[in-house]
Amino acid sequence: MNFNWFLFSSPKTFYPLAGKIAPVCMFLASVLFLIGLYIALFVAPTDFQQGEAYRIIFVHVPAAWMSMWIYLVMAAWSIVGLSLNSRLSFMMAQALAPTGAIFTFLALVTGSLWGKPMWGAWWVWDARLTSELILLFLYIGHMALQSGIENVKRADRAGAIFAIVSAVNVPIIYFSVKWWNTLHQGASISMNKAPSMAMTMLIGMLIMALAFWAYSIGIALIRLRCIIGEREREAAWMIDLREDH
Amino acid sequence: MHWESWDSFFKMGGYGFYVWLSFGLTLLCLLIEWYGLRQRSKDLQEHLE
Repeated sequence: MNFNWFLFSSPKTFYPLAGKIAPVCMFLASVLFLIGLYIALFVAPTDFQQGEAYRIIFVHVPAAWMSMWIYLVMAAWSIVGLSLNSRLSFMMAQALAPTGAIFTFLALVTGSLWGKPMWGAWWVWDARLTSELILLFLYIGHMALQSGIENVKRADRAGAIFAIVSAVNVPIIYFSVKWWNTLHQGASISMNKAPSMAMTMLIGMLIMALAFWAYSIGIALIRLRCIIGEREREAAWMIDLREDH
Repeated sequence: MHWESWDSFFKMGGYGFYVWLSFGLTLLCLLIEWYGLRQRSKDLQEHLE
């Protein structure tokens, strides 16, 4: 079979494809959001320990998962970009950063809103919270570095190296509740033991996580199209595309 | 349905402020991001033409 694996690795071919995938993802995200919110707010039972306050879990945990996952994906695209020298990979990483930053911000704020009624404090300098706050600074640092360097190639390389090196913070966040004695509770879901929460709670949380996933892919592709459009506005294919319309 | 009345739904067992602010902020942030990108691509389209 003679399939060109690099066909979609050029901005020219990926630009229209991203334009097709993004609306599908956004539509999926809206449907999953509605189902997830319905389960979260109307179906899931009251928690026997935390009362209704636990419902924050339905936005907090998916946001926190996405905040960590997006950083790993950024680092992965950076590795691909540096090893294959493909421009599109760097643009992917760049397109993901603001969304990751927003999810990190949301994880911190919803966590704070959950901490206040449960722990009696908006914020504590515990390992989980502190490493998640560092993640927010890393996202902001990545965006600043990327936009602060005039030369696009150098900006891409600097951003990529920054993302790869600082990705070490992600496992630190994830395992912080194991490694240190934290006020933050342990993992909500783990591979090697049965979930400690009611089935409807678990399903609601997973559906919300899927919604955040679909949203992240969709919104990153929309931003990717903006980045491609801004970077390649003088490219011949871009001019042809405009004239076709 | 889990709730006895709309009132108890909004009160969230006394945690209404925290729960609604969490959900509200999440939706607001995602909507702002989406709206901002729509504007960005609109500006780009106009700039290109």
